[in-house]
Amino acid sequence: MEDKLIIGGHEFQSRFILGSGKFSLEMTDAVIKNGGVEMATLALRRANSGKEENILDYMPEGITLLPNTSGARNAEEALRIARLSRELGCGDFVKVEVIRDSKYLLPDNYETIKATELMAKEGFIVMPYMYPDLNVARDLYNAGAAAIMPLGAPIGTNKGLLTKDFIKILVEEIDLPIVVDAGIGRPSQACEAMEIGVDAVMANTAVATAKDIPLMATAFKLAIEAGRAAYLAGLGRILEHKAEASSPLTGFLRD
Amino acid sequence: MKVNGTYMELTKRMTVGGLLEEQGYNRLRVAVEKNGEIIPKAEYDSAFLSEADELEIVSFVGGG
Repeated sequence: MEDKLIIGGHEFQSRFILGSGKFSLEMTDAVIKNGGVEMATLALRRANSGKEENILDYMPEGITLLPNTSGARNAEEALRIARLSRELGCGDFVKVEVIRDSKYLLPDNYETIKATELMAKEGFIVMPYMYPDLNVARDLYNAGAAAIMPLGAPIGTNKGLLTKDFIKILVEEIDLPIVVDAGIGRPSQACEAMEIGVDAVMANTAVATAKDIPLMATAFKLAIEAGRAAYLAGLGRILEHKAEASSPLTGFLRD
Repeated sequence: MKVNGTYMELTKRMTVGGLLEEQGYNRLRVAVEKNGEIIPKAEYDSAFLSEADELEIVSFVGGG
């Protein structure tokens, strides 16, 4: 069965988006291969002089790069980072990240909408990281977002799908690919997100802080695939206040 | 001249490309902004620097 993720006209087989932070460059290739990853995020920072190693040299051929705008505190700063990222020649994708809360790193939804509009007008394929709010999601849709990236829990916490019910509302109401980003800590939580019908899961810290990093990438791949299949299959119903036998209720060896 | 927030003396007539070369930046892996405007790679060797310039030289790193 053909089941592709399509974002901004680009097709992906994989529904596991990898954040590339917090692990060594040498490990990048193994994590991407084990995870079956086709899209990975990057950050933009001031370069150091001296020909030091660059993460682009460790990215396998054919991977779609999703630069983020981390460090941006408002829409204008995000746009500046997006433009510089595009100048590095890795395509038009951008993950909008506008944060001015340094403790919980929660996204500024208002500035994120503004940034999305500015970037979409400049031809970027815009994937905004957002707090899962239905009205904001609608505004992002109208601003030209190619996908939305609601958080499961605060960045880097590995706390899982704390916002599950609100992400469910987005799945029902928003006609855009939905990528759960931030906070997903275990493969089972990634699977849970996929089961409710989100289109992809992004993970970084969950993989990077595992004991065996490449093996955890494998685990996430399998969990995301399982969750997707479960969603497509349609989950079995829940029965409250009673039970229902799975075996026939006739032909018992008695009387 | 300011480069990535740090003052640097401009001792001779130099282009953006010349500065990248001298400082050991890999021009294929950086993007450059001069006074808030991105300098396209094709213009690195024709964009001359002046003492009042503020440069940002950026590249990709790992990040979520």
